[in-house]
Amino acid sequence: MNAQIIMDGLIAGSMIGLGAVGITLTYSILRFANFAHGDMISWAAYFALAISTALGTLVPGLSQPLGPFSFGWSLPVGLLTAIICTGLLALLVDWLLFARLRQRGGAVIILVMAGFGAALTLRSFLEFVFTSKPAYFTNALQIARPLFAGAHATPDQLLGLGIAVVLVVLVHLALTRTPAGRAMRAVSENQALAGLAGVNVAKTIRVAWVFGAGLAAVAGVMAGLLVQIRPHMGHDLLLPLFAAAILGGIGSVPGAMIAGLIIGLAEAFCVQFIGAEWRAAVSFIVLVAILLLWPQGLFGKKTT
Amino acid sequence: MIELVSYGAFFLTLALTFGIMCLGLNVQWGQTGLFNVGVAGFVGIGAYVSALLTTPSVPEHLGGFDLPIVLGWIGAAVAGALASVLLGALTLRLRSDYLAIATFGFAIVVQLAALNLQSITGGPFGISFIPRPFGALAGDPLVFGLLNLGVVSVVTIGVYAALEHLMRSPWGRVLRAIREDEQAAAALGKNATLFRIQAFAVGGAIMGLAGAVQAHFIGYISPEGYVPILTFQVWAMLIVGGSGNNRGAILGAVVVWAFWAASGAIIAAIVPPEEQARASALKIVMIGIAICVVLLLRPRGLLGELKTVSRHIEDGKA
Repeated sequence: MNAQIIMDGLIAGSMIGLGAVGITLTYSILRFANFAHGDMISWAAYFALAISTALGTLVPGLSQPLGPFSFGWSLPVGLLTAIICTGLLALLVDWLLFARLRQRGGAVIILVMAGFGAALTLRSFLEFVFTSKPAYFTNALQIARPLFAGAHATPDQLLGLGIAVVLVVLVHLALTRTPAGRAMRAVSENQALAGLAGVNVAKTIRVAWVFGAGLAAVAGVMAGLLVQIRPHMGHDLLLPLFAAAILGGIGSVPGAMIAGLIIGLAEAFCVQFIGAEWRAAVSFIVLVAILLLWPQGLFGKKTT
Repeated sequence: MIELVSYGAFFLTLALTFGIMCLGLNVQWGQTGLFNVGVAGFVGIGAYVSALLTTPSVPEHLGGFDLPIVLGWIGAAVAGALASVLLGALTLRLRSDYLAIATFGFAIVVQLAALNLQSITGGPFGISFIPRPFGALAGDPLVFGLLNLGVVSVVTIGVYAALEHLMRSPWGRVLRAIREDEQAAAALGKNATLFRIQAFAVGGAIMGLAGAVQAHFIGYISPEGYVPILTFQVWAMLIVGGSGNNRGAILGAVVVWAFWAASGAIIAAIVPPEEQARASALKIVMIGIAICVVLLLRPRGLLGELKTVSRHIEDGKA
């Protein structure tokens, strides 16, 4: 039974982790807490839903379940489209809003405020178009299979967990081993100095937005597949995402993933031993504890 | 005619309760630059504390203590201040946006507690029979409405006058100095973190008070009254009215609330019932866009911040 709690926690945590990696990247490079990140997650899920439903209707064969999974080829195609669309959406919001405010050179907190307004707009727009009724990628039912020590998981859940781990490793490698990644880290260290050293700061910021949005897209499709799709899904994830990004240490990709898993596990234990109705409070308690005891996070650098 | 006046009094009373929330937010954001995403949480705490203190005792949940309304309001302000001090002390020594994240979480937890701590808050059913000022006169809606408008106006004007005084005091000038140039203020020996926590607490106390005043006007509270949309409304009011300007905060509250109530009435009248949830989502889209557009095009709002608040400089110019 305890193994099941851990399994549930890891699955929920891998979704939180993916979202938190996106948050930590944009946070360290753009230097503000982006409240609209959660809504990128929701938009991505709806992008994928629209594409995969359209494909499934046009070519019914594409929605035939693949192997042990509950979805057909239409979903992976939908996911790829969603990554591109969400990236474009992030660039659009940046161009319309954040870039202009950055240019004016005001306080960080104005950007946070603008993100808050953007989040509100994006979320309510989804609610306007799709209403707040939950939606699903597939209607197929999956039976959870026994794994180890009495823990069960569906193939979809295991796939999600695997994708999350692989993606985090890839993002980490991209940041540490490629020129674009080095540019991003340079900009996050010191924007002005990176610019002097020949890094194209404007381009790097765009790359960071696309990276963050792409990860948000994967998190959104995963959450949509494993739970359900609602206009508020990303907003409800936002507090766990922030808590994970801060717990992991702002800017640390492995840190965000590990912290996401920790928060997922904490939530699963809370659901089991305290009650599901308090789940949303777990992240806040974790957040308070880190800020109190260890403000730089698990893998963060000490900042002054 | 009488109905029109009663409705006007009702509308204005409610708008002014939002105006008080806006005044609280203005101390935090307008004057100190502290971003509070949990306005609904502070307002909710005030409403619940005051309701518990003043309602007659009931078996379903803890309390009420049947205290006078004024004591409930004081309790609400103290609770708002206390919550703010704790959150402020936790986050304000760190990065400026950690406060935003923490207040965001705080509002979620307050909402969750209101919903789940059934033995204290009455859970989803909320608390009813909150005593209303001049409740004995409720039989005559006109007199009752006007008296309540009077009470809320007095509270609003009182808070406004106190804040104007504070803003022009040395304390208020330090806040503006810290917001504009923290290092310069620190070089003059001002402890920026301490001043920020104080400002945050003053704002939180006012929000708690506003929540209590509103709860006693409506007579009934439940967790749905303190969802994030309330935070958005108060923010829109302050940004539209002009952050940094106390009169702007009140004006913004009346203008945005008028827009909100009117569009709500129009939607109810012309949109079929099954589409109303959609239409109100669109209303929120407009508020979100309005916040962004004002930030981009007219950061100072309807009434901007006054350039100088020091009478020494103003006297010098004259």
